Amino acid sequence: MTTNEPVISVRDLVVGFGPANVLDHITLDVLRGEILGFVGGSGAGKSVLMRTIVGLLPMRHGRIEVFGSDLAALNDRERRSIERRWGVLFQQGALFSSLNVQQNIEFPIRENLKKLSPRLIEEIALAKLEMVGLQPDVRKKYPSELSGGMIKRAALARALALDPDIVFLDEPTSGLDPIGAAEFDELIRTLQRTLGLSVFMVTHDLDSLHAICSRIAVLSEGRIIATGSIETMLASEHPWLRSYFHGKRARPALH
Amino acid sequence: MHASRGRIALSAAALTGTVDGERVALAATGTWTAERASELEQIVDAAAGRYEKARSVDIDLAKLERLDTFGAWLIERLNRAFTAQGANTRIVNSSETDRGLIDEVRLVNRAPAKEADGPNPILLALDSIGRSVAEIGSSLVLLAHLLGALTRVVLGTIVHPARLRVTSTVHHLERVGWRAVPIITLCTFLIGAIIAQQGIFRFRPFGADIYVVDMVTVLVLREVGVLIVCIMVAGRSGSAYTAELGSMKMREEIDALRTMGFDPVEVLVLPRIVALVLAVPMLTFLGAMAALYGAGLVCWLYGGMTPDIFLARLREAVWLPTFAVGMIKAPFMALLIGLVACVEGFEVDGSAASLGQRTTSSVVRSIFLVIVLDGFFAVFFAAIGM
Repeated sequence: MTTNEPVISVRDLVVGFGPANVLDHITLDVLRGEILGFVGGSGAGKSVLMRTIVGLLPMRHGRIEVFGSDLAALNDRERRSIERRWGVLFQQGALFSSLNVQQNIEFPIRENLKKLSPRLIEEIALAKLEMVGLQPDVRKKYPSELSGGMIKRAALARALALDPDIVFLDEPTSGLDPIGAAEFDELIRTLQRTLGLSVFMVTHDLDSLHAICSRIAVLSEGRIIATGSIETMLASEHPWLRSYFHGKRARPALH
Repeated sequence: MHASRGRIALSAAALTGTVDGERVALAATGTWTAERASELEQIVDAAAGRYEKARSVDIDLAKLERLDTFGAWLIERLNRAFTAQGANTRIVNSSETDRGLIDEVRLVNRAPAKEADGPNPILLALDSIGRSVAEIGSSLVLLAHLLGALTRVVLGTIVHPARLRVTSTVHHLERVGWRAVPIITLCTFLIGAIIAQQGIFRFRPFGADIYVVDMVTVLVLREVGVLIVCIMVAGRSGSAYTAELGSMKMREEIDALRTMGFDPVEVLVLPRIVALVLAVPMLTFLGAMAALYGAGLVCWLYGGMTPDIFLARLREAVWLPTFAVGMIKAPFMALLIGLVACVEGFEVDGSAASLGQRTTSSVVRSIFLVIVLDGFFAVFFAAIGM
């Protein structure tokens, strides 16, 4: 149920390190209820945009609005209440290595909803664990004992712990085998539907783009060169888009 | 038929019950989300208790404004509570968007959370004692393993000297030796000065000021100098070795070396330990000189003993073996510190906590073992008359 109302709107954003601007006057919207796939070459600045939106990197110029409020103008309390409404899945999972899986998922719940009873926190954590397709018996395991796919799922459960409205996914299927990646795509789509999420997904995976993304934005040389559905991308004559979507590796995924 | 109405809570999120004989109709209203989860939990648990006798329960979600996983789970918990009480429970009038979530939580937490009673605390205490003892044993074995591996590599390097990584060794020598010079000379200078000051203060009533020089010299050259240097090196460089090797292990860099056909002991451990074995005697020598300088300065300024008297007394008090004892011990202690640091580094597993714990135990163990080794040396030198 995509509506045209943007949950994130980025206007004229400039982000850079040293003398170079990695993102050069970018404008992009993420609409409520959509899965936006964000693609671009390695080092093009996809993760930089994601990290700037969630506040890990400073911007040089521009404006980022989330749920209609300008992030730069918020005080700490308002900012925290916005941060509670998004979840981030980092590329390597970024699970806390000294906590087990259950404690990792409980952490944001416990810290943000201090009044909840321990029983309810535990039940919700286990519910999230099962919703991302993990067996209940992994809850006592530590991140170093998990496989790559399990780490991604556990990290997704943690990102979803507070029932966010927006989830940021940084290359969710990287490092997964094709079967695992397809299952993870399916999981994201199911959760997106049941929880009514808006998803901002940085990815390289053409299968994911094809299977679950409702819209795609392409970043190249610091600018958004195209946005639209997968069909628009395939039909585009832009040389970079042609080599990305029609290259050797693209064929089996899309044809 | 008699109907009664009960309202459980007046709030933005509520559960209204209508009782009709053995049939209960519950209507959930308002926002059932994480923010209200705490009060909702009480409402839900109270409702399950209140309508204990119900045989049939309908949970009506028509007036629900918002629902998230927290609310959906609490509705499901209510559902399960009634079902467990033997009531025929249905969730009705859920909206199209909420239905997926409600169906989803219906499947979760089905496996009984079999939290077996924690084991007997006495057994747990015994268990942890046993584990610590076993760990001491196994860490000694690991130390012996690494010493063996190092010996093999050292012998190999003697046969083919080109295998020693000179650049790496010099780099580590700079870090653990050269850069440690200021702090180590400062500390030993102060220690020498303090010992001399205390000596003068205590010896003066007996008119034995002059023997302060003997005391400082013997103490500093034989025992304290080398111990202070080793403790500082263990804290400064041993901890760094453990943290470096530990984080390399966490990032699979050590496995990468191994698959390329390199021996981690040769590439990582040997240069570090060689650097330490070279650096610690030099630092010990510098430290001893700084301590004697500090002692001389205090004797002059505080004790009124002119430098030429101090030096003359020093010449009589120092006997070459006194100096040799300290210097002989230094490389052995350096080897011990290096071995402990590397063993602990290789024992780091995946978590950040284990890196911290291993670094701590590297420093604690190497300081402890250095003191123990010093004791053995004392016995040994006494036996051979040095």
